[in-house]
Amino acid sequence: MSRFSHEVIEKNSILLLILSLIAVSIGGIVEIIPTFLIKTTVEDVKGVRPYSPLELAGRNIYIREGCYLCHSQMIRSLRSEVERYGHYSLAAESMYDHPFQWGSKRNGPDLARIGGKYSDEWHRLHMANPRQVVPESVMPGYPYLAKTPLDYTHIADDMKALRVTGVPYTDEEIANAKADLEAQVNPDADVTGLAARYPKAVIRNFDGNPQVVSELDALVAYLQMLGTLVDFNAYDSANFKQ
Amino acid sequence: MAVSGGAGGRLHGTMTTSSYLTAIVLVAGAFYSLVVAAKAYDVPMAVHAWIFTLAFAAGVLAIGNRHFNALKGLPGADDGKGYNDTVVKYGVIATLFWGIAGMLAGFYIASELAFPALNFDFAYISFGRLRPVHTSGVIFAMGGNALIATSFYVVQRTCRARLAGDIAPWFVFWGYNLFIVIAATGYLMGVTEGREYAEPEWYTDIWLTIVWVTYLLVFLVTLMKRKEPHIYVANWFYLAFIVTIAMLHLGNNLTVPVSIFSSKSFSAFSGVQDALIQWWYGHNAVGFFLTAGFLGMMYYFVPKRAGRPVYSYRLSIIHFWALIFLYIWAGPHHLHYTALPDWAQTLGMTFSIMLWMPSWGGMINGLMTLSGAWDKLRTDPVIRMLVVSVAFYGMSTFEGPLMSIKAVNSLSHYTDWTIGHVHSGAMGWVGFVTFGAVYCLVPWLWKRERLYSIALVSWHFWISTMGIVLYITAMWVSGILQGLMWRAYDAQGFLEYSFVETVAAMHTFYVIRALGGLLYLTGTLIMVYNCWRTIRGDVRVGEPIIANAPANANAPVGALAQPAE
Repeated sequence: MSRFSHEVIEKNSILLLILSLIAVSIGGIVEIIPTFLIKTTVEDVKGVRPYSPLELAGRNIYIREGCYLCHSQMIRSLRSEVERYGHYSLAAESMYDHPFQWGSKRNGPDLARIGGKYSDEWHRLHMANPRQVVPESVMPGYPYLAKTPLDYTHIADDMKALRVTGVPYTDEEIANAKADLEAQVNPDADVTGLAARYPKAVIRNFDGNPQVVSELDALVAYLQMLGTLVDFNAYDSANFKQ
Repeated sequence: MAVSGGAGGRLHGTMTTSSYLTAIVLVAGAFYSLVVAAKAYDVPMAVHAWIFTLAFAAGVLAIGNRHFNALKGLPGADDGKGYNDTVVKYGVIATLFWGIAGMLAGFYIASELAFPALNFDFAYISFGRLRPVHTSGVIFAMGGNALIATSFYVVQRTCRARLAGDIAPWFVFWGYNLFIVIAATGYLMGVTEGREYAEPEWYTDIWLTIVWVTYLLVFLVTLMKRKEPHIYVANWFYLAFIVTIAMLHLGNNLTVPVSIFSSKSFSAFSGVQDALIQWWYGHNAVGFFLTAGFLGMMYYFVPKRAGRPVYSYRLSIIHFWALIFLYIWAGPHHLHYTALPDWAQTLGMTFSIMLWMPSWGGMINGLMTLSGAWDKLRTDPVIRMLVVSVAFYGMSTFEGPLMSIKAVNSLSHYTDWTIGHVHSGAMGWVGFVTFGAVYCLVPWLWKRERLYSIALVSWHFWISTMGIVLYITAMWVSGILQGLMWRAYDAQGFLEYSFVETVAAMHTFYVIRALGGLLYLTGTLIMVYNCWRTIRGDVRVGEPIIANAPANANAPVGALAQPAE
């Protein structure tokens, strides 16, 4: 057998193409595929549920405005982070996040557990002009969110598309999408169905304006539920028992 | 120039089967877009459908116009014989145009972080929408056009063959730039998939896929009809870049659209898997778009400009295969200490550190190509620009593995250190190697004896270098400072600083960073002026003449050591 010479590859463009493709495929296959197959990649945690229609609409606005470019939603397992932001993030907490919003830069603080930390009123003032509540902030103002009515004509279509990706929305949830969305900003309405379908959903008028469902209603509803679904006292004590 | 021409007997530019087919597909596309425009779920989708309609109609008109001009015997820019350089010229101009646009967006968002009032409470220019315009503008618009233009130039010379396809190279150029227009206008309107560097929505992704596959075919078929026995090393890198970007783009953009009439889609993956796939893509956009592609550029323009053969043929083989194999594994280092499984983090870190070696192999091969021609560093500012770009490549590929170490990353992640690292690579390596290539290409393509002014190249070099230094030093200091403030404890064992105190501490550095960006942009504007005067045929009087044409007399060292032409 003659000695291998690189000349063979240099003289055959198809061979060069195929060998390059093989070389660049291996790493991805070895790293990515096991995360789908190994069950412990995503922990079994109680409390995580798909987003309610209003929270989902808020999340769409969060993505639209590019919030993820300055805010992470991933508390790393480091002492200083856990003390600043709360329990480190679990994989299960973003299991229904299409796409994930872990972020890569903190021009502003992490938001993984922002839910419940501030009042709706604080969020209203902060979105209108961040510097009236945090003078040193460099965040853009979003005063137009309160003035823009939320377009939720296609919210059920959003949920259907998400169901294709694997989010377990039921037929009942999709059929009630619009009604649930409207009910979540109207505490006077009959919300028993909504509360049963989306446990721990915060039901109140978020933007302080009951006349119209605004984009601010949706965004604040999303922010107020972030990181609130898992009961970490129960989670940690269960872990210690193991 | 020994090159095969167009089909025998046929007037170049008249209709062929492929032009008829392209025109028919464009007409069908225009009608389809009209339907989407009429039934769109949202305003951005309607706007984009209209842009597609108009662009497809313009394409049909252009094909028809080309046909009738050829029939009338009007002198075309391209006679169908020799090399197809007209499309390369367009690519060079697009590179300059998008470079300015992308850097301007960058300067503006840098200023917004220093002075948030500049957001003006106006949705279309708020930081979150403008930031992807900057990143895509410089990476995909400037960098992408530079890669397409130089790869089309280099593959023809090193294969001694005309670019494959009649309409196809033009489809690649215009199709790619249409992709950029759709992506950028989408970001301004808030159309995004919400994953960094992969923000364009599903229909933009499909369009790019069509364009990119055509690009791969044009490049590959040109390689196949080469008259040189060997495939020159620059083409290995260009080919690996094109095919890997195709794989990454398809893998990372699997989404489920809400409707074919909606601009919105949801990623097929969620949470931890989505994060891993995104950074498999994201890191290799750096590895293949910003590294392998531009190494192809380096392997042609450095030896050509220096008039020296590539330093080591063996080193190019080893570092090519090692680089493309190792790079793919490095993605998880973007996810240290997150909910990604530990084994994946460790694997990503290990391969990132190994990656240091092939990266420096490439740097050594580029720098040592100057052996015997080091004096040109003093006399030719274009060579200086190319060499400094390789030096910056070496620096940022050392910094990268360092930052991928978990202990270092726990400090650097989420801070400006990452931003500084990216910019030493993007401004120093990608920017400067592109500028060097443009300074070579403009006189070569427009058949000018030399650049309008060599002194202006020096001005560009020094102003932009100062800009880079200001930028990266400001980001090192602010990044490390903020990282340390986040983890600082006081004597009682409490966290010492609130988050917003660490934001306030950044202000000075953000001002310095914006100034650095402004200097870099100024240098680029000088280049655009210089190129424009060169294209016009002007020569600045009173400057010493520096040979612009590539020197050819060199001792041949190995079959592949030098570009064929």
